[in-house]
Amino acid sequence: MKLLRLAPENTKFPFMRFRRVSYPFSALLSLIAVALFVFKGMNFGIDFAGGTVIELRAKSGAAEVGTLRTLGESLKLGDIEVQAFGNPSDATLRFGLQPGGDKAQQEAVERVRGAVGAQYDLRRVEVVGPRVSNELVQSGTLGVVLSIIAVLTYLWFRFEWQFAIGAVIATMHDLLLTVGFFSITQLEFNTTSIAAILTIVGYSLNETVVVLDRIRENMRKYKKMATAQMIDMSINAVLPRTIMTATTVMLALFALVAFGGQVIRSFSLAMIWGIFVATYSSIFICSPMLIYLGLRNEDVDRKVEPETEVEVETDYQPEPAALASMYDDIGDAPVPAAPAPKRTAQKPASRSKSGARRRPK
Amino acid sequence: MLRFSTWKFFAIVAMTLAAVLVVAPSMLSPAHYEALKARLPSWLTPPTIVLGLDLQGGSHVMLEVDQADLVSTQVKNLRDDVRRILREEKVAITGGIGATPRGVQLRVADAADRDKILPKLRQLRNSFSSNIGGQSPLEVETTPEGLIRITVTDAGIRDKSRKAVEQSIEVIRRRVDALGTREPSIQRQGDDRVLVQVPGLQDPQTLKEILGQTAKLEFRLVAEPGQNPSEVEELEQVDEQGKLPIEKQVMVQGEDLTDAQPGFDQQRSGEPVVNFRFNIRGAQKFGDVTSKNVGRLFAIVLDNKVISAPRILTPITGGSGQISGHFTVEQANNLSILLRAGALPAKLNIVEERTVGPGLGQDSIDAGKRAAYVGAGLVVIYMLITYGIFGVFANLALFVHIAFIFAGLVLLGSTLTLPGIAGIVLTIGMAVDSNVLIYERIREENHAGRSILASLDAGFNRAFATIVDSNVTMFVAAAILYFLGSGPVRGFAVSLALGILTTIVTAVTMTRMMIAVWYHYARPTKLPI
Repeated sequence: MKLLRLAPENTKFPFMRFRRVSYPFSALLSLIAVALFVFKGMNFGIDFAGGTVIELRAKSGAAEVGTLRTLGESLKLGDIEVQAFGNPSDATLRFGLQPGGDKAQQEAVERVRGAVGAQYDLRRVEVVGPRVSNELVQSGTLGVVLSIIAVLTYLWFRFEWQFAIGAVIATMHDLLLTVGFFSITQLEFNTTSIAAILTIVGYSLNETVVVLDRIRENMRKYKKMATAQMIDMSINAVLPRTIMTATTVMLALFALVAFGGQVIRSFSLAMIWGIFVATYSSIFICSPMLIYLGLRNEDVDRKVEPETEVEVETDYQPEPAALASMYDDIGDAPVPAAPAPKRTAQKPASRSKSGARRRPK
Repeated sequence: MLRFSTWKFFAIVAMTLAAVLVVAPSMLSPAHYEALKARLPSWLTPPTIVLGLDLQGGSHVMLEVDQADLVSTQVKNLRDDVRRILREEKVAITGGIGATPRGVQLRVADAADRDKILPKLRQLRNSFSSNIGGQSPLEVETTPEGLIRITVTDAGIRDKSRKAVEQSIEVIRRRVDALGTREPSIQRQGDDRVLVQVPGLQDPQTLKEILGQTAKLEFRLVAEPGQNPSEVEELEQVDEQGKLPIEKQVMVQGEDLTDAQPGFDQQRSGEPVVNFRFNIRGAQKFGDVTSKNVGRLFAIVLDNKVISAPRILTPITGGSGQISGHFTVEQANNLSILLRAGALPAKLNIVEERTVGPGLGQDSIDAGKRAAYVGAGLVVIYMLITYGIFGVFANLALFVHIAFIFAGLVLLGSTLTLPGIAGIVLTIGMAVDSNVLIYERIREENHAGRSILASLDAGFNRAFATIVDSNVTMFVAAAILYFLGSGPVRGFAVSLALGILTTIVTAVTMTRMMIAVWYHYARPTKLPI
């Protein structure tokens, strides 16, 4: 059976050469995103702006969006936003905080109910008062900041500091572009969007870690290779996986957009954009950062290797005899283009026994 | 690679079976579930997935103690206490008891009296509030000009607010239970809030109405012409225009009520009324007042509005009576619920409300299911056409992975929300990432010239560290979302976190097992991917 391959085999794209293009390009996009945020702003949902959303379904026939729009004036609710979607008998009303505190919000809902209750079912009513919305803003912001700090701390422990910095910058980049995406599309920004942003942060770091992991592995293996070349080689090696994973996640997300319903559509759209940006930034933003930060191959060797070995062996512990026979036929490097240099020459005397046994020369 | 210990094999098979067993009851239709429950012994009720309010419909209402109202009530109580002390000690003051934003002030006519009442006033703090961590609830100051000022401190207000929330929870629970809903959840949130969640409510309007009312019931006398104006206040009437002068002095309070039931006026119009009964103390007080004041009007006051003001024809000593106020049957019913449940100690405002009708909830479930089926279907097909037999293994692992997530939700008793479904669909995409990492690594090693067995082995071993690293980052994000998020977003965080945890078991260990078994029997000469 012929299997499908989306990614070409054994690619040798010179990704690092694009850094002179990708950095200015991303810087420009980030600036645009900030400008959009400042000048165009976000379409904050009631979670953050306070206010009321009422979802209506006409008891018979289609929803009269035109008539509903006039409610704002006749009921003195201020600006009212009426949206029709999907089913022609459905419509949502959204209006801002009413002056007069929490009680005034409830009275406004009552006025709407009184005015349209005869023709429409109120399928969903959400009212968020001014203080609650402020708290949601605080906890949302705190959540994003905390999760970035927590994840970076983890990366800092697991990898070299250059890797962590590269990951921060890539994550920030993804965050900014996602905010820009919300601003330009004017998709509603609510607590679910915070969930989307945090998931994008998670995915972005996931992508970054996969690339960085391979870079670290190759740094140990090819100590004499130029950093840029070595990074290119690593990215090319994980490229089939990157494309494959992005595609599967996209498939799941497209299903959510198409069938998941109105409430989570903005979440799914943001995620699609986020996956795209995260994949891009792990290759074109994070990895070149290592070069700029002057990472040298020997930086990696000291800190990380013993940990990795432990990590691997805790999962899988074949008996020594089986292991020895199993590794007899293992070649040296997975990438044939660059034969590995003799390792014994550089190997410090202090290296652990298990490390030495893994790749016998 | 080939050596896969037997106990590990059986452990995985057992876990899978257990997961399927745990999830199965949730997949049954309600009728089948009931049938199953009837057959099992009573101690073994199979748990099912709890659906969030956004999926099964229901109301989420956050109430907050009205601070302004709380302060004014406390100041009023303080004023009453001060007045009582002045009367007991027979101390005269000049110019009456003045008001300050958070308390009262007064000037004693005779300076010698000042030292007499000051200790008494200071003692008030003990009765005002007990033990709030060393901070005084009241502050008594004296100015050089001879003014005594008593102020309720922030600590005092906070303490009262906390206590009000505690008492409110009890009252709210009784009120909501009286509505006959199933499994309401009533929790305190912070110092001054109560969160009420009632699933599957058909009419959220009634819930809001009974939550919003204080239901402070008082029996007072209607004032007669020529009474001291400082002892009288004008109160609105519910049914009639204009206000009535009512004595401030309360004869009997609603808390002396032992029962209240809706009924119909037997003697006259047959209109809906509320019948009530006092406890012994209430009956005695009511009997006393009514025997002294035959011929006068007394007022039944609910939340500072006069419901009705009947004339006292004969002393009422039996301890029971009737409230009539041109009610509808429903009003009489709701009022009796409110009276039975007792009064809220403070006014509560609705600061957040999220209500989803049952119809919309069902639509969301349908939409979520459709998205999950389509998403999973696409991913399964894609894995199949990309990895062939290895794709089959990955898909089997994916199936177990989904069973594990749902089993986790059931066992944790965590609620499934619409964003939670989105999280599951997302983890379906993410779960195969681990398999992709492993398979691609295997291919790579194989291309580099290793034998099949060595490639398989190296693929699993080398990809594992990456899988752990990349999943930890996702897990951290999910954990923080859980602690900071609320409601539906929490559901998302839980399914995401569960998905990540089970990935490690299913995508790594299970596929490894399946591939080991496959290798053992197929003895391939060529890597099939």
